[in-house]
Order: sequence, then C-alpha cells, then structure tokens
Amino acid sequence: MEVIRAENLSKLYYLGGLRHNSLRDTIASIFKKHKLDLHKQELWALRDVSFSVRDGETLGIIGNNGAGKSTLLKILSRITKPTSGRAEICGRVGSLLEIGTGFHSELSGRENIFLSGAILGMKRKEIEKKFDEIVAFAELERFIDVPVKHYSSGMYMRLAFSVAAHLEPEILIVDEVLAVGDMAFQKKCLNKMQDTNQSGRTVLFVSHDMLAITRICNRAILLSEGKIVKEGNATDVVSEYIASSSKISHEKIYDDLKSAPSSEYVRLRRVRIVNENRETCGSFDIRHPIGIEVTYEVLQDGHILLPNFQVYNQNRVHLFTIQDVSAEWRRKEKTKGEYVSTAWIPGNLMAEGSFLVNVAFVTYLPRQILHFNALEVVGFNVFDPMTGDTARGDYTGHMEGVVRPLVNWETHRKSISVKA
Amino acid sequence: MPEHQIIRIEPENARLRLDFRELWNYRELLYFLTWRDVKVRYKQTAIGILWVILQPLLTTAIFTIIFTHFARFETLQVPYPLFALSGLLIWLFMHFSITMATNSLVSNASLVTKVYFPRIIIPTASVLGGLLDLILGFLILFAMMFYYGINITWKILLAPLFVLEAIVLTISFSIFLSMLNVRFRDVKFALPFFLQIWMFVSPIFYPLDVFPENWRILFYFNPLSGILEGLRSSLFGQNFDLVGISISTLLIVFLLIMSTLFFKWMESEIADLI
Repeated sequence: MEVIRAENLSKLYYLGGLRHNSLRDTIASIFKKHKLDLHKQELWALRDVSFSVRDGETLGIIGNNGAGKSTLLKILSRITKPTSGRAEICGRVGSLLEIGTGFHSELSGRENIFLSGAILGMKRKEIEKKFDEIVAFAELERFIDVPVKHYSSGMYMRLAFSVAAHLEPEILIVDEVLAVGDMAFQKKCLNKMQDTNQSGRTVLFVSHDMLAITRICNRAILLSEGKIVKEGNATDVVSEYIASSSKISHEKIYDDLKSAPSSEYVRLRRVRIVNENRETCGSFDIRHPIGIEVTYEVLQDGHILLPNFQVYNQNRVHLFTIQDVSAEWRRKEKTKGEYVSTAWIPGNLMAEGSFLVNVAFVTYLPRQILHFNALEVVGFNVFDPMTGDTARGDYTGHMEGVVRPLVNWETHRKSISVKA
Repeated sequence: MPEHQIIRIEPENARLRLDFRELWNYRELLYFLTWRDVKVRYKQTAIGILWVILQPLLTTAIFTIIFTHFARFETLQVPYPLFALSGLLIWLFMHFSITMATNSLVSNASLVTKVYFPRIIIPTASVLGGLLDLILGFLILFAMMFYYGINITWKILLAPLFVLEAIVLTISFSIFLSMLNVRFRDVKFALPFFLQIWMFVSPIFYPLDVFPENWRILFYFNPLSGILEGLRSSLFGQNFDLVGISISTLLIVFLLIMSTLFFKWMESEIADLI
C-alpha cells in the first residue's frame, strides 16, 4: 500500500526582493514596484518532484547541499507549503529535522522529555509510559533532574535523540541528525533506527553518510538542483551519486598523448574498474570480485613491463600493492603494441567504503626501473548488501577495520566437562 | 488520532477554515507550552513568584499616592486603591501577555521551522502563561475588598465573564501582532508606544465618569473600557452600562475573528518568512 504519494512537488523561493523584514521596505516597494521585480531572484528549491513510498519501506534521500532534500522533508512535514503540486500522506507523521527540537535550557532533563515529546507529537500518557526507557537509553539516570544547560553537549544530544527514538509514528521523517555525537552513541542510534525499520514503519531518511543509506534504506532517490535525477535500489543510487560527486571516477581515459603518464618504454591509455562481466562499474557488492584494468602502449620492443596498482581507502591508508606476478608475463619481454591487463581483487576481502587506485609501471629485471606512478587515477566503492553471508554475519552496525576478509572458521569441542 | 488519517499537502489553499478538531488534538501541546512559559519565567530570579504580587501592589500604591493627593478622581463609593488595583490587574496581564506573545513566534523560530503543529498555539500559550499571575492578583484584590468591607452582591458572579473577555481580547491582539511581527520586526519597536497610548485612553486609573455623559459612549469603542467598567460594576455591585458593555463585547468578538483569519491567512508562509 502506498503511504506517501507526491505529485509534481515544486517550491519556489525568492532571493532578496520579496522578503522585506521591515515595514519601510514594504512601503518603499509599493512605490517602486517595477524596480524591485528586476532584482528579484527566483530559486526553484524543488521542481516537479514525484515519487511514492510504500508501507514499511525505508527511502533514502541523497544529494549535494542545496539539492532540495531539506525542502522536500519540510514540505512533507507540513512546515512549509509547496508552490505547486501536491502530496498525500496516509498515517501519523513524526518529523525529526533537528536534534533537541523544543528543548529549553532552563528546564531539567525530566521536564524536557515531556516538553520535547509533546512537541514531537507524543501523548502525555505515552511519554509517561516510556519515560524510564527514554532515560535509560540516554544513560542519564543520575542527571535527569538537572537543568539541561548544565549538560555536556554529548549528554544533551543523547537525551534529545533518546526522546526522538521513542517516537512511534507510522511514518518517520529524519533529516541528517545522526551526524552529531560520539561514535558509540551514533551506532546505538543507527541500530535503533534499524529496529524501527524492521518493525514495519515507513521511514524517509536524509543523510550524507552513504554507508548508513545503503545499510538502512531499501530504496533511494538522488536529488540534484531540485529534481530527481535517479531513483531506485539504494545501492545503485548511492554509487551513481558517489560517481557523480567525486572527481575521481571509475574510468580514466588519456586522450592526449602528451599528458598521459608515460616513459620512453610505456604509455598509459586507459584505466577503469570493471565487474565480472567486464562492464565499467563504480560500486561493488562486497562479495563480488573487482577488476582493475589498464590499457597501455608499449613503445619499445624487448623490455619486461609490469603494471603495479596501489590501493588506498578513503582515509588514505595504503591497504596493499598488487603487481603482475603471473607466470606468463612476470619475466617476459613485451613487444611493441597495445596491451590490456586486469588485476582481480577477490570478493569478500575489501571493507565497505570507497577506495582509490594509483597506477604505476615497473621493471625489475635486468635492473629496477619505475616508469611512472600516476596517483589516484580511479576509484570505486564497496557496500555490504546485508544478506548475512558476508563477514558481517548477522551484525548490522558499524565495523572497524581496513579490510574485511571472509575466512573459514573451525571450532571443535575438546571435552564434555567444564573445569570448575 | 484515527488510525488512517490522510494528510493532504497542497499549495496555498484559499480556505480560511480553522480546523477545530486538529486544535483539539493538539490541546496537550498547548498545555505543555503554557506550562513551559510559566516554569521558565521566574527561573533565576531571587524572589521569583513574589514579583507577581509586587508588581500590581507597587503600581497601585504609586497611583493611589498620585491620584488621591494631587489629582482627585471621584470613584463613586469605591476606595481608590481597590479601583486602581482592579483595573491594573487586567491591564498588567494584557500588557505583559501581549508583549510576550508578540515576540513568541519569532523567539520560537526553531520550533516553527522544525515541527508541524497549529502555529496559533504559540501566541495562545504565551497569553495563557500569564493567567496564573492574574489569578494570584485577584486573590489579593479579594483580600483587599474584604479589608475595605465591600458589599458583595450577586453581580460578582458576572466577573469571570469580563475576565474571559479580557483573555479573548488579549489573545486576539497577541495572535495578530505575533504574526505581524514575523513579517515586520518593526512591530516589536512600535508596541511599547501603542501600549502606552492604550493605557492612557483606557479607564484604568480614572473612572469614565470624569467625562460628560454623551461622550462616554465613544470610549466603549475601546473594548478595554467595556471590560474594566463591567468588571468593576460586578465586583463592587454597581450598575452596568449595558449599551457600552455590548459595544465592547461585539468588538471583542469581531477582533477575535479578524485576527484569527489574518493568522490563518499568513500561517502557511510563516516558516519561509521567519
């Protein structure tokens, strides 16, 4: 069943011009109306956005700053009205566009739970029923009667999120609110949201954390300049977004021979990331092998030339270096011509995240030569589809570690009795 | 709330209809916001709630000194301090509430831009937050009436009616001015002058009797006159000026309707303007 249906939602903002905040401007504008129209700037924050969300679905909304994500959430939360178009929402809506909505610094934690709860749409009885749970989730039992102005920012945030996490609307609208706070609590919140999701609630979720989007959402829409540019499976939309937003793409072609990385022996023509079907691809299921393919020209006969790739993660940690050690080419001289080499990184080795590749050419015999090393030529990202057959097992939270191999485990029972 | 309510989101609708059922659904929020305003008001003050009693008493004392020693007003059989205090209680409530409420939407901008609820709740809660002070003030007034030995008549039963009129009038001005203030921050600066003028043209520290009889009717077009005259007549058992009170009452109802319509008309734009 469709619970949200948006049809051609548009929102127009005027920059300058219309927004007089003082009476004088308005009176002045009556007299020079025509002049004002000239420098009235229009901005379509949203333009003809249509989509629908089914019951129990979690829809991610991604896009650059200013793409219209927050405007869309504000319209669906009824905070502002669309300029044109319409939407229908079926069910009780809870919006979480800010952490700590309605908190008052002079009031105690206890008082703020009631106040914020009421503002977010909870009934007084509901709040009373969940009060202990909220306090326990926030880990603030000892400070609950202290005014929140004496809280640390972490405590404040925990209390605020805890109230929000205990909302039980049928449709939950969440803007980027998880970006604050310490890692441990962030994880707790993400897990809580996933519980939320699993209990069959419909969630609209805006985030810049692409891992969170792929982890939590079934579907996603990508907004750019107020329009939907891609809609579909969350992982596909995320990879499209990463590809379009990062300067480093999953394919690099050197058209200009002069600027291509080269030495007197070898010249780079193309580097791309490919999947098993040899299609150019930027986003990989963690279980699937990742191919790094180079196309290069050998300019002189009779030299051993080996491609060498260095793989870095997004924090610029050098994960590993791979080079052609195949029996076929390891010690074999290449003749002039164009070659294509591909290195296959096995599935279930990389961690989730995005990765960058440096491409070098080396010769070790008869003497060691580094022909060139082109930095950060291509990139790709890896996601875990949460199918349960990866190194995650049944764990759905944040996993540390720069690689994530799936290894074999052996456990045997050595004896039947347990030593006292 | 019903299980499957359908929310329709559409561009500006011309329907200037107040959704009473929705307002009823949000009654708890009105309660909590009122409670917050009361709770926060006297935080970090040394004598806290004592201010509620001191404000009207000190003002009454000053008025009494000035208007019984320097300029004498004939306040019929009512002792001047009682006359002044009864007017001042209403006036201080209105003055305080309207001042607070006018800024309420702007000072709650973080709520208005982040959560949906009927916005009219915010200025209304600001006004209701002042009610506690008003009730305390009336307790003092009753104590003083007892002290001065005022004869209580059946008419005192009508007093709550005039207090209600005062509340309604305050809410009308509050919702109108709070919304106007969102659009024009000038309101905040003009308001003190407006309130000062209003105080001087209202029978707060002088009775309407100081004016010639055929001019008096004009004063009732200031709805506060009807409230004050009516309240005093009921408290002190005097005759009601029915024509004057009717004019004021009709005006109050009219102002409430107009200001509510204005509020609804502007409401959809508020998050974009604030």
